[in-house]
Amino acid sequence: MLVQFYNVSKIYPNGVKALDDVSLKIDRGEFLFLMGPSGAGKSSFVKMLFREEMPTRGQIFIASRSIVRMKRSEVPKLRRNIGIVFQDFKLLENKTVAENIAFAMEVVGSPHRQIKKRVTQVIKQVGLEGCENTFPGQLSGGEQQRVGIARALANEPLLLIADEPTGNLDIDTSLEIMDLLYDINRKGTTVIMATHARELVKAAHKRVVMLEKGQIISDTQNRYEEQPI
Amino acid sequence: MSLLTIKYFLSEAFKSLYRNRLLTFATIANVAICILILGAAVLLTLNASNIIDNLESDVEIVAFIDKDLADSDEDHLKNKIEKIEGIKSIDFVSKEEGLKRLQEKFGGLEYDLGSTLEENPLRNSFEIQVVDPHQVPEIAKKVEKLSGVYKVNYGQGVVEKLFQVTKWVRIVGLVTIVLLAFGAVFLISTTIRLAIFSRRKEIYLMKLIGATDWFVRMPFFLEGVFLGLIGAVIAILCLAVGYGSIIGHVDTVMFFSIITDMGLLINIYLILLGAGIILGILATYFSLNKFLDV
Ligand SMILES: Nc1ncnc2c1ncn2[C@@H]1O[C@H](COP(=O)(O)OP(=O)(O)OP(=O)(O)O)[C@@H](O)[C@H]1O
Ligand SMILES: [Mg+2]
Repeated sequence: MLVQFYNVSKIYPNGVKALDDVSLKIDRGEFLFLMGPSGAGKSSFVKMLFREEMPTRGQIFIASRSIVRMKRSEVPKLRRNIGIVFQDFKLLENKTVAENIAFAMEVVGSPHRQIKKRVTQVIKQVGLEGCENTFPGQLSGGEQQRVGIARALANEPLLLIADEPTGNLDIDTSLEIMDLLYDINRKGTTVIMATHARELVKAAHKRVVMLEKGQIISDTQNRYEEQPI
Repeated sequence: MSLLTIKYFLSEAFKSLYRNRLLTFATIANVAICILILGAAVLLTLNASNIIDNLESDVEIVAFIDKDLADSDEDHLKNKIEKIEGIKSIDFVSKEEGLKRLQEKFGGLEYDLGSTLEENPLRNSFEIQVVDPHQVPEIAKKVEKLSGVYKVNYGQGVVEKLFQVTKWVRIVGLVTIVLLAFGAVFLISTTIRLAIFSRRKEIYLMKLIGATDWFVRMPFFLEGVFLGLIGAVIAILCLAVGYGSIIGHVDTVMFFSIITDMGLLINIYLILLGAGIILGILATYFSLNKFLDV
Protein backbone atom coordinates (compact mmCIF):
# COMPACT_ATOMS: atom_id res chain seq x y z
CA MET A 1 0.00 0.00 0.00
CA LEU A 2 1.52 3.34 -1.01
CA VAL A 3 -0.99 5.86 0.36
CA GLN A 4 -3.36 5.43 3.30
CA PHE A 5 -5.78 8.05 4.60
CA TYR A 6 -7.52 7.24 7.90
CA ASN A 7 -10.46 9.46 8.91
CA VAL A 8 -8.76 12.58 7.62
CA SER A 9 -10.46 15.93 8.15
CA LYS A 10 -9.13 19.32 7.16
CA ILE A 11 -10.52 22.50 8.61
CA TYR A 12 -8.78 25.70 7.49
CA PRO A 13 -8.11 28.44 10.02
CA ASN A 14 -11.04 30.42 8.56
CA GLY A 15 -13.39 27.58 9.55
CA VAL A 16 -13.93 26.07 6.09
CA LYS A 17 -14.14 22.29 6.26
CA ALA A 18 -12.38 21.15 3.09
CA LEU A 19 -12.21 17.43 3.91
CA ASP A 20 -14.58 15.52 6.16
CA ASP A 21 -13.58 12.14 7.55
CA VAL A 22 -11.91 10.79 4.42
CA SER A 23 -10.50 7.25 4.43
CA LEU A 24 -8.81 5.88 1.33
CA LYS A 25 -6.09 3.46 0.25
CA ILE A 26 -4.04 3.68 -2.91
CA ASP A 27 -1.86 0.81 -4.12
CA ARG A 28 1.55 1.06 -5.68
CA GLY A 29 1.24 1.36 -9.44
CA GLU A 30 -2.33 2.64 -9.45
CA PHE A 31 -3.65 5.47 -11.56
CA LEU A 32 -6.30 7.38 -9.66
CA PHE A 33 -8.57 10.21 -10.74
CA LEU A 34 -9.82 12.55 -8.06
CA MET A 35 -13.02 14.17 -9.27
CA GLY A 36 -15.64 16.48 -7.89
CA PRO A 37 -17.10 19.95 -8.25
CA SER A 38 -15.17 23.07 -7.49
CA GLY A 39 -14.53 23.41 -3.77
CA ALA A 40 -15.03 19.69 -3.16
CA GLY A 41 -11.61 19.41 -1.56
CA LYS A 42 -9.52 17.87 -4.31
CA SER A 43 -6.62 20.27 -3.98
CA SER A 44 -6.76 20.03 -0.20
CA PHE A 45 -6.51 16.24 -0.47
CA VAL A 46 -3.56 16.45 -2.81
CA LYS A 47 -1.70 19.06 -0.77
CA MET A 48 -1.76 16.84 2.28
CA LEU A 49 0.17 14.14 0.41
CA PHE A 50 3.34 16.23 0.37
CA ARG A 51 2.58 18.12 3.55
CA GLU A 52 1.90 21.48 2.06
CA GLU A 53 -1.11 21.28 4.38
CA MET A 54 -1.47 19.26 7.57
CA PRO A 55 -4.68 17.38 8.38
CA THR A 56 -6.70 18.73 11.30
CA ARG A 57 -7.67 15.19 12.32
CA GLY A 58 -6.77 11.69 11.17
CA GLN A 59 -3.67 9.90 9.93
CA ILE A 60 -1.90 9.76 6.59
CA PHE A 61 0.71 7.16 5.68
CA ILE A 62 2.92 7.14 2.63
CA ALA A 63 4.95 3.97 2.15
CA SER A 64 3.94 3.05 5.73
CA ARG A 65 5.40 6.25 7.19
CA SER A 66 3.10 8.62 9.03
CA ILE A 67 3.54 12.00 7.42
CA VAL A 68 1.53 13.64 10.17
CA ARG A 69 4.01 12.68 12.86
CA MET A 70 6.96 13.25 10.57
CA LYS A 71 9.48 15.84 11.81
CA ARG A 72 9.87 19.05 9.86
CA SER A 73 13.43 18.10 9.01
CA GLU A 74 12.23 14.88 7.33
CA VAL A 75 9.78 16.61 5.00
CA PRO A 76 12.36 17.30 2.24
CA LYS A 77 13.06 13.56 2.02
CA LEU A 78 9.34 12.82 1.64
CA ARG A 79 9.00 15.40 -1.10
CA ARG A 80 11.94 14.01 -3.06
CA ASN A 81 9.91 10.84 -3.56
CA ILE A 82 6.92 12.75 -4.86
CA GLY A 83 6.73 14.51 -8.22
CA ILE A 84 4.28 17.39 -8.47
CA VAL A 85 2.71 18.68 -11.67
CA PHE A 86 0.91 22.02 -11.49
CA GLN A 87 -2.00 23.43 -13.43
CA ASP A 88 -0.02 26.61 -14.16
CA PHE A 89 3.21 24.67 -14.83
CA LYS A 90 5.28 26.83 -12.43
CA LEU A 91 8.30 26.91 -14.72
CA LEU A 92 11.09 29.39 -14.07
CA GLU A 93 10.97 31.85 -16.96
CA ASN A 94 14.64 32.78 -16.78
CA LYS A 95 15.83 29.20 -17.09
CA THR A 96 15.87 27.05 -20.23
CA VAL A 97 13.95 23.80 -20.50
CA ALA A 98 17.00 21.76 -19.56
CA GLU A 99 17.83 24.12 -16.69
CA ASN A 100 14.29 23.94 -15.33
CA ILE A 101 14.50 20.16 -15.21
CA ALA A 102 18.05 20.17 -13.84
CA PHE A 103 16.91 22.61 -11.15
CA ALA A 104 14.82 19.88 -9.50
CA MET A 105 17.91 17.72 -9.21
CA GLU A 106 20.26 20.53 -8.19
CA VAL A 107 18.14 21.49 -5.21
CA VAL A 108 18.33 17.97 -3.85
CA GLY A 109 22.08 17.94 -4.34
CA SER A 110 22.44 15.37 -7.15
CA PRO A 111 25.88 15.06 -8.73
CA HIS A 112 26.51 16.93 -11.96
CA ARG A 113 27.05 13.87 -14.18
CA GLN A 114 23.86 12.24 -13.00
CA ILE A 115 21.88 15.42 -13.65
CA LYS A 116 23.11 15.68 -17.24
CA LYS A 117 22.26 12.06 -17.95
CA ARG A 118 18.85 12.14 -16.33
CA VAL A 119 17.81 15.43 -17.98
CA THR A 120 18.49 13.98 -21.41
CA GLN A 121 16.51 10.90 -20.43
CA VAL A 122 13.37 12.68 -19.23
CA ILE A 123 13.40 15.19 -22.07
CA LYS A 124 13.26 12.20 -24.40
CA GLN A 125 10.54 10.57 -22.33
CA VAL A 126 8.22 13.60 -22.59
CA GLY A 127 9.05 14.09 -26.25
CA LEU A 128 10.81 17.44 -26.11
CA GLU A 129 14.07 16.56 -27.87
CA GLY A 130 15.50 19.65 -29.51
CA CYS A 131 13.90 22.06 -27.03
CA GLU A 132 16.65 21.77 -24.39
CA ASN A 133 17.85 25.33 -24.74
CA THR A 134 14.50 26.97 -25.36
CA PHE A 135 12.95 29.22 -22.72
CA PRO A 136 9.46 28.36 -21.44
CA GLY A 137 8.00 31.59 -22.86
CA GLN A 138 8.73 30.32 -26.37
CA LEU A 139 6.80 27.06 -25.87
CA SER A 140 3.10 26.21 -26.27
CA GLY A 141 1.02 25.37 -23.19
CA GLY A 142 1.17 21.66 -23.92
CA GLU A 143 4.94 21.77 -24.34
CA GLN A 144 5.31 23.75 -21.13
CA GLN A 145 3.32 21.12 -19.26
CA ARG A 146 5.61 18.46 -20.69
CA VAL A 147 8.51 20.35 -19.16
CA GLY A 148 6.58 20.43 -15.88
CA ILE A 149 6.10 16.68 -16.05
CA ALA A 150 9.74 16.08 -16.97
CA ARG A 151 10.78 18.12 -13.95
CA ALA A 152 8.45 16.12 -11.71
CA LEU A 153 9.99 12.90 -13.05
CA ALA A 154 13.59 14.01 -12.74
CA ASN A 155 14.13 12.61 -9.25
CA GLU A 156 12.41 9.30 -10.13
CA PRO A 157 9.49 9.68 -7.74
CA LEU A 158 7.39 6.83 -6.37
CA LEU A 159 4.31 8.98 -6.67
CA LEU A 160 3.32 11.57 -9.26
CA ILE A 161 0.71 14.09 -8.22
CA ALA A 162 -1.03 16.24 -10.80
CA ASP A 163 -3.59 18.84 -9.74
CA GLU A 164 -5.59 19.81 -12.84
CA PRO A 165 -2.61 19.30 -15.15
CA THR A 166 -4.80 19.89 -18.19
CA GLY A 167 -6.76 22.77 -16.71
CA ASN A 168 -5.10 25.35 -18.94
CA LEU A 169 -4.97 23.22 -22.10
CA ASP A 170 -7.34 22.51 -25.02
CA ILE A 171 -8.81 19.05 -25.42
CA ASP A 172 -6.37 17.68 -28.01
CA THR A 173 -3.38 18.83 -26.04
CA SER A 174 -4.98 17.43 -22.90
CA LEU A 175 -5.27 14.01 -24.49
CA GLU A 176 -1.60 14.10 -25.41
CA ILE A 177 -0.70 14.96 -21.84
CA MET A 178 -2.94 12.12 -20.60
CA ASP A 179 -1.13 9.66 -22.86
CA LEU A 180 2.12 10.81 -21.37
CA LEU A 181 0.78 10.27 -17.84
CA TYR A 182 -0.51 6.78 -18.69
CA ASP A 183 2.89 5.98 -20.13
CA ILE A 184 4.57 7.10 -16.94
CA ASN A 185 2.10 5.00 -14.92
CA ARG A 186 2.81 1.95 -17.08
CA LYS A 187 6.50 2.30 -16.20
CA GLY A 188 5.55 1.81 -12.55
CA THR A 189 4.96 5.25 -11.08
CA THR A 190 1.76 5.68 -9.08
CA VAL A 191 -0.24 8.65 -10.40
CA ILE A 192 -2.89 10.70 -8.63
CA MET A 193 -4.63 13.27 -10.78
CA ALA A 194 -7.27 15.75 -9.68
CA THR A 195 -9.44 17.00 -12.49
CA HIS A 196 -12.75 18.47 -13.62
CA ALA A 197 -12.52 17.02 -17.10
CA ARG A 198 -15.16 14.29 -17.30
CA GLU A 199 -14.39 13.42 -20.92
CA LEU A 200 -10.77 12.60 -20.04
CA VAL A 201 -11.81 10.45 -17.11
CA LYS A 202 -14.52 8.59 -19.02
CA ALA A 203 -12.15 7.53 -21.76
CA ALA A 204 -9.51 6.37 -19.32
CA HIS A 205 -11.03 3.36 -17.57
CA LYS A 206 -9.07 4.03 -14.41
CA ARG A 207 -10.02 4.21 -10.76
CA VAL A 208 -12.16 7.28 -9.98
CA VAL A 209 -12.75 8.77 -6.52
CA MET A 210 -15.58 11.31 -6.37
CA LEU A 211 -15.43 14.02 -3.72
CA GLU A 212 -18.25 16.30 -2.74
CA LYS A 213 -18.28 18.78 0.12
CA GLY A 214 -15.14 17.15 1.47
CA GLN A 215 -16.54 13.60 1.52
CA ILE A 216 -15.97 10.60 -0.74
CA ILE A 217 -19.30 9.92 -2.40
CA SER A 218 -18.09 7.17 -4.71
CA ASP A 219 -15.00 5.11 -5.46
CA THR A 220 -14.82 2.76 -8.43
CA GLN A 221 -11.99 0.85 -6.68
CA ASN A 222 -10.74 -1.57 -9.32
CA ARG A 223 -14.04 -2.06 -11.12
CA TYR A 224 -13.05 0.43 -13.82
CA GLU A 225 -14.87 -1.19 -16.70
CA GLU A 226 -18.22 -1.63 -14.97
CA GLN A 227 -18.51 1.90 -13.71
CA PRO A 228 -20.04 4.38 -16.11
CA ILE A 229 -19.47 7.92 -14.95
CA MET B 1 28.71 19.54 -0.02
CA SER B 2 29.74 19.21 -3.63
CA LEU B 3 31.56 21.76 -5.70
CA LEU B 4 28.50 22.07 -7.90
CA THR B 5 26.39 23.05 -4.92
CA ILE B 6 28.85 25.73 -3.83
CA LYS B 7 28.98 27.05 -7.37
CA TYR B 8 25.20 27.06 -7.43
CA PHE B 9 24.97 29.06 -4.18
CA LEU B 10 27.51 31.62 -5.33
CA SER B 11 26.05 32.04 -8.79
CA GLU B 12 22.53 32.40 -7.37
CA ALA B 13 23.70 35.00 -4.87
CA PHE B 14 25.58 37.05 -7.45
CA LYS B 15 22.87 36.72 -10.09
CA SER B 16 20.39 38.09 -7.61
CA LEU B 17 22.73 40.91 -6.58
CA TYR B 18 23.22 41.75 -10.24
CA ARG B 19 19.53 41.50 -11.11
CA ASN B 20 18.71 44.04 -8.39
CA ARG B 21 21.92 45.97 -8.94
CA LEU B 22 20.46 49.37 -8.20
CA LEU B 23 19.19 48.13 -4.87
CA THR B 24 22.45 46.29 -4.26
CA PHE B 25 24.35 49.50 -4.85
CA ALA B 26 22.02 51.49 -2.59
CA THR B 27 22.26 48.91 0.17
CA ILE B 28 26.04 48.72 0.05
CA ALA B 29 26.18 52.51 0.19
CA ASN B 30 23.76 52.51 3.11
CA VAL B 31 25.60 49.79 4.98
CA ALA B 32 28.87 51.58 4.34
CA ILE B 33 27.46 54.82 5.77
CA CYS B 34 26.04 52.95 8.75
CA ILE B 35 29.30 51.21 9.53
CA LEU B 36 31.24 54.39 8.85
CA ILE B 37 29.19 56.23 11.46
CA LEU B 38 29.40 53.19 13.70
CA GLY B 39 33.17 53.17 13.37
CA ALA B 40 33.37 56.94 13.81
CA ALA B 41 31.24 56.62 16.94
CA VAL B 42 33.49 53.85 18.26
CA LEU B 43 36.62 55.90 17.60
CA LEU B 44 35.04 58.98 19.13
CA THR B 45 33.92 57.13 22.21
CA LEU B 46 37.29 55.47 22.60
CA ASN B 47 39.10 58.77 22.21
CA ALA B 48 36.75 60.50 24.60
CA SER B 49 37.30 57.68 27.11
CA ASN B 50 41.01 57.97 26.55
CA ILE B 51 41.00 61.71 27.21
CA ILE B 52 38.74 61.27 30.18
CA ASP B 53 40.93 58.50 31.57
CA ASN B 54 43.89 60.83 31.34
CA LEU B 55 41.97 63.59 33.06
CA GLU B 56 40.74 61.20 35.69
CA SER B 57 44.17 59.91 36.51
CA ASP B 58 45.30 63.51 36.87
CA VAL B 59 42.83 63.92 39.68
CA GLU B 60 44.69 63.86 43.00
CA ILE B 61 44.05 64.84 46.57
CA VAL B 62 46.13 67.54 48.17
CA ALA B 63 46.00 67.50 51.97
CA PHE B 64 47.37 70.64 53.64
CA ILE B 65 48.89 70.11 57.02
CA ASP B 66 48.39 72.21 60.15
CA LYS B 67 51.10 74.84 60.36
CA ASP B 68 52.27 74.00 63.87
CA LEU B 69 52.54 70.22 63.40
CA ALA B 70 55.83 68.67 64.46
CA ASP B 71 57.88 66.62 61.95
CA SER B 72 57.27 63.37 63.85
CA ASP B 73 53.53 64.03 63.79
CA GLU B 74 53.74 64.60 60.06
CA ASP B 75 55.31 61.17 59.60
CA HIS B 76 52.65 59.73 61.83
CA LEU B 77 49.93 61.37 59.70
CA LYS B 78 51.53 60.06 56.55
CA ASN B 79 51.36 56.52 57.93
CA LYS B 80 47.70 56.97 58.81
CA ILE B 81 46.83 58.20 55.32
CA GLU B 82 48.72 55.33 53.74
CA LYS B 83 46.56 52.91 55.67
CA ILE B 84 43.33 54.19 54.06
CA GLU B 85 42.09 51.74 51.47
CA GLY B 86 42.51 52.71 47.81
CA ILE B 87 45.62 54.88 48.15
CA LYS B 88 48.16 54.39 45.42
CA SER B 89 50.94 56.73 46.50
CA ILE B 90 51.58 59.66 48.75
CA ASP B 91 54.19 62.38 48.39
CA PHE B 92 55.27 64.97 50.90
CA VAL B 93 55.56 68.47 49.48
CA SER B 94 57.20 71.00 51.76
CA LYS B 95 56.02 74.58 51.71
CA GLU B 96 59.35 75.62 50.18
CA GLU B 97 58.85 73.13 47.37
CA GLY B 98 55.29 74.40 46.95
CA LEU B 99 56.49 77.97 46.62
CA LYS B 100 59.09 76.93 44.07
CA ARG B 101 56.40 75.29 41.98
CA LEU B 102 54.27 78.40 42.16
CA GLN B 103 57.23 80.45 41.14
CA GLU B 104 57.78 78.24 38.08
CA LYS B 105 54.15 78.33 37.17
CA PHE B 106 53.48 82.04 37.45
CA GLY B 107 56.64 83.95 38.09
CA GLY B 108 59.42 83.02 35.82
CA LEU B 109 62.76 84.65 36.24
CA GLU B 110 61.91 88.30 36.14
CA TYR B 111 59.35 88.06 38.90
CA ASP B 112 60.60 86.68 42.19
CA LEU B 113 57.75 85.54 44.39
CA GLY B 114 60.06 84.84 47.30
CA SER B 115 61.18 88.44 47.62
CA THR B 116 57.69 89.85 47.11
CA LEU B 117 56.29 87.78 49.95
CA GLU B 118 58.02 88.28 53.22
CA GLU B 119 57.01 85.00 54.72
CA ASN B 120 56.07 81.79 52.88
CA PRO B 121 52.26 81.71 53.11
CA LEU B 122 52.01 78.08 52.05
CA ARG B 123 51.74 74.98 54.18
CA ASN B 124 53.39 71.62 54.01
CA SER B 125 51.16 69.18 52.16
CA PHE B 126 50.69 65.62 50.99
CA GLU B 127 49.84 64.84 47.37
CA ILE B 128 47.80 61.69 47.36
CA GLN B 129 47.20 59.49 44.30
CA VAL B 130 44.35 57.01 44.53
CA VAL B 131 43.86 53.72 42.68
CA ASP B 132 40.34 54.40 41.39
CA PRO B 133 39.73 58.06 40.54
CA HIS B 134 36.02 57.56 41.21
CA GLN B 135 36.84 57.12 44.91
CA VAL B 136 38.52 60.48 45.20
CA PRO B 137 35.63 62.32 46.93
CA GLU B 138 35.15 59.51 49.43
CA ILE B 139 38.83 59.15 50.31
CA ALA B 140 39.24 62.92 50.52
CA LYS B 141 36.54 62.99 53.16
CA LYS B 142 38.37 60.36 55.24
CA VAL B 143 41.66 62.25 54.97
CA GLU B 144 40.02 65.47 56.02
CA LYS B 145 38.83 63.88 59.26
CA LEU B 146 42.34 63.01 60.41
CA SER B 147 43.81 65.30 63.04
CA GLY B 148 46.66 67.43 61.76
CA VAL B 149 44.98 67.93 58.38
CA TYR B 150 44.10 71.53 57.83
CA LYS B 151 42.26 71.28 54.55
CA VAL B 152 41.75 68.87 51.67
CA ASN B 153 41.66 69.93 48.05
CA TYR B 154 40.80 67.79 45.06
CA GLY B 155 38.91 70.16 42.79
CA GLN B 156 35.67 69.60 44.63
CA GLY B 157 32.66 69.81 42.34
CA VAL B 158 34.81 69.71 39.19
CA VAL B 159 35.65 66.08 39.73
CA GLU B 160 32.02 65.10 40.26
CA LYS B 161 31.04 67.00 37.12
CA LEU B 162 33.77 65.32 35.13
CA PHE B 163 32.52 61.91 36.14
CA GLN B 164 28.98 62.90 35.13
CA VAL B 165 30.22 63.96 31.70
CA THR B 166 32.18 60.75 31.23
CA LYS B 167 29.17 58.70 32.11
CA TRP B 168 27.00 60.51 29.59
CA VAL B 169 29.56 60.36 26.82
CA ARG B 170 29.70 56.61 27.32
CA ILE B 171 25.93 56.17 27.41
CA VAL B 172 25.27 58.36 24.37
CA GLY B 173 28.04 56.62 22.44
CA LEU B 174 26.63 53.20 23.24
CA VAL B 175 23.05 54.15 22.37
CA THR B 176 24.16 55.67 19.06
CA ILE B 177 26.03 52.51 18.15
CA VAL B 178 23.09 50.28 18.99
CA LEU B 179 20.67 52.45 17.00
CA LEU B 180 22.97 52.47 13.98
CA ALA B 181 23.35 48.71 14.13
CA PHE B 182 19.58 48.36 14.06
CA GLY B 183 19.48 50.69 11.07
CA ALA B 184 22.00 48.57 9.19
CA VAL B 185 20.12 45.35 9.95
CA PHE B 186 16.92 46.95 8.74
CA LEU B 187 18.50 48.08 5.46
CA ILE B 188 20.11 44.77 4.65
CA SER B 189 16.99 42.83 5.53
CA THR B 190 14.95 45.08 3.26
CA THR B 191 17.26 44.24 0.39
CA ILE B 192 17.19 40.55 1.18
CA ARG B 193 13.43 40.66 1.56
CA LEU B 194 13.11 42.17 -1.89
CA ALA B 195 15.48 39.58 -3.31
CA ILE B 196 13.43 36.86 -1.65
CA PHE B 197 10.19 38.43 -2.78
CA SER B 198 11.32 38.48 -6.38
CA ARG B 199 12.19 34.81 -6.05
CA ARG B 200 9.30 33.63 -3.88
CA LYS B 201 7.92 31.35 -6.62
CA GLU B 202 11.30 29.73 -6.97
CA ILE B 203 11.58 29.26 -3.22
CA TYR B 204 8.12 27.72 -3.06
CA LEU B 205 9.04 25.40 -5.88
CA MET B 206 12.35 24.46 -4.30
CA LYS B 207 10.58 23.60 -1.06
CA LEU B 208 8.00 21.45 -2.83
CA ILE B 209 10.69 19.64 -4.78
CA GLY B 210 12.37 18.72 -1.50
CA ALA B 211 15.11 21.29 -0.95
CA THR B 212 16.13 21.61 2.69
CA ASP B 213 15.67 24.95 4.47
CA TRP B 214 19.41 25.17 4.63
CA PHE B 215 19.75 24.85 0.88
CA VAL B 216 17.15 27.51 0.22
CA ARG B 217 18.70 29.89 2.72
CA MET B 218 22.30 29.61 1.63
CA PRO B 219 22.29 31.90 -1.44
CA PHE B 220 20.46 34.58 0.53
CA PHE B 221 22.90 34.25 3.39
CA LEU B 222 25.76 34.70 0.97
CA GLU B 223 23.96 37.71 -0.46
CA GLY B 224 23.46 39.24 2.97
CA VAL B 225 27.01 38.50 4.04
CA PHE B 226 28.34 39.98 0.82
CA LEU B 227 26.33 43.18 1.30
CA GLY B 228 27.50 43.50 4.90
CA LEU B 229 31.09 42.69 3.98
CA ILE B 230 31.46 45.07 1.05
CA GLY B 231 29.70 47.83 2.98
CA ALA B 232 32.06 47.27 5.89
CA VAL B 233 35.16 47.23 3.68
CA ILE B 234 34.22 50.55 2.08
CA ALA B 235 33.47 52.08 5.47
CA ILE B 236 36.75 50.82 6.93
CA LEU B 237 38.75 52.22 4.02
CA CYS B 238 37.10 55.61 4.49
CA LEU B 239 37.69 55.46 8.24
CA ALA B 240 41.32 54.42 7.93
CA VAL B 241 42.08 57.21 5.47
CA GLY B 242 40.05 59.80 7.39
CA TYR B 243 41.36 58.90 10.82
CA GLY B 244 44.89 58.59 9.49
CA SER B 245 44.82 62.17 8.27
CA ILE B 246 43.30 63.32 11.58
CA ILE B 247 46.16 61.66 13.44
CA GLY B 248 48.62 63.43 11.17
CA HIS B 249 47.11 66.84 11.86
CA VAL B 250 46.01 66.61 15.47
CA ASP B 251 49.15 65.08 16.87
CA THR B 252 51.11 68.23 16.26
CA VAL B 253 48.43 70.77 17.08
CA MET B 254 46.30 69.58 19.92
CA PHE B 255 47.26 69.20 23.54
CA PHE B 256 45.12 66.17 24.34
CA SER B 257 46.15 62.66 23.39
CA ILE B 258 44.48 60.82 20.52
CA ILE B 259 44.58 57.06 20.01
CA THR B 260 47.32 56.18 17.53
CA ASP B 261 48.01 52.62 18.62
CA MET B 262 48.03 50.77 15.26
CA GLY B 263 47.30 47.40 16.87
CA LEU B 264 44.18 48.78 18.55
CA LEU B 265 43.04 50.49 15.34
CA ILE B 266 43.46 47.32 13.30
CA ASN B 267 41.45 45.45 15.92
CA ILE B 268 38.69 48.03 15.64
CA TYR B 269 38.66 47.70 11.84
CA LEU B 270 38.53 43.90 12.09
CA ILE B 271 35.67 44.15 14.56
CA LEU B 272 33.81 46.46 12.17
CA LEU B 273 34.37 43.93 9.39
CA GLY B 274 32.99 41.20 11.61
CA ALA B 275 30.11 43.49 12.52
CA GLY B 276 29.28 43.90 8.82
CA ILE B 277 29.20 40.14 8.31
CA ILE B 278 27.13 39.56 11.43
CA LEU B 279 24.70 42.30 10.42
CA GLY B 280 24.33 40.59 7.05
CA ILE B 281 23.66 37.19 8.60
CA LEU B 282 21.23 38.55 11.18
CA ALA B 283 19.32 40.57 8.60
CA THR B 284 19.02 37.57 6.30
CA TYR B 285 17.92 35.31 9.09
CA PHE B 286 15.14 37.67 10.11
CA SER B 287 13.86 38.19 6.57
CA LEU B 288 13.95 34.59 5.43
CA ASN B 289 11.94 32.51 7.87
CA LYS B 290 8.52 33.69 6.76
CA PHE B 291 8.92 32.46 3.20
CA LEU B 292 10.38 29.12 4.15
CA ASP B 293 7.32 27.95 6.00
CA VAL B 294 5.90 25.81 3.19
N1 LIG C 1 -5.73 27.94 2.28
C1 LIG C 1 -7.08 27.93 2.44
N2 LIG C 1 -7.63 28.65 3.43
C2 LIG C 1 -8.94 28.63 3.61
N3 LIG C 1 -9.80 27.95 2.90
C3 LIG C 1 -9.33 27.21 1.88
C4 LIG C 1 -7.93 27.17 1.61
N4 LIG C 1 -7.73 26.35 0.56
C5 LIG C 1 -8.96 25.91 0.20
N5 LIG C 1 -9.92 26.42 0.98
C6 LIG C 1 -11.34 26.11 0.92
O1 LIG C 1 -11.52 24.73 1.09
C7 LIG C 1 -12.50 24.25 0.22
C8 LIG C 1 -11.93 23.16 -0.64
O2 LIG C 1 -10.97 23.74 -1.50
P1 LIG C 1 -10.09 22.93 -2.53
O3 LIG C 1 -9.15 23.87 -3.16
O4 LIG C 1 -9.53 21.76 -1.83
O5 LIG C 1 -11.20 22.47 -3.56
P2 LIG C 1 -11.01 21.86 -5.02
O6 LIG C 1 -11.82 20.64 -5.07
O7 LIG C 1 -9.57 21.73 -5.35
O8 LIG C 1 -11.66 22.99 -5.93
P3 LIG C 1 -11.27 23.40 -7.41
O9 LIG C 1 -11.86 22.34 -8.30
O10 LIG C 1 -11.96 24.70 -7.61
O11 LIG C 1 -9.81 23.48 -7.50
C9 LIG C 1 -13.02 25.44 -0.56
O12 LIG C 1 -14.20 25.88 0.04
C10 LIG C 1 -11.93 26.46 -0.42
O13 LIG C 1 -12.46 27.76 -0.41
MG1 LIG D 1 -8.25 22.63 -6.78
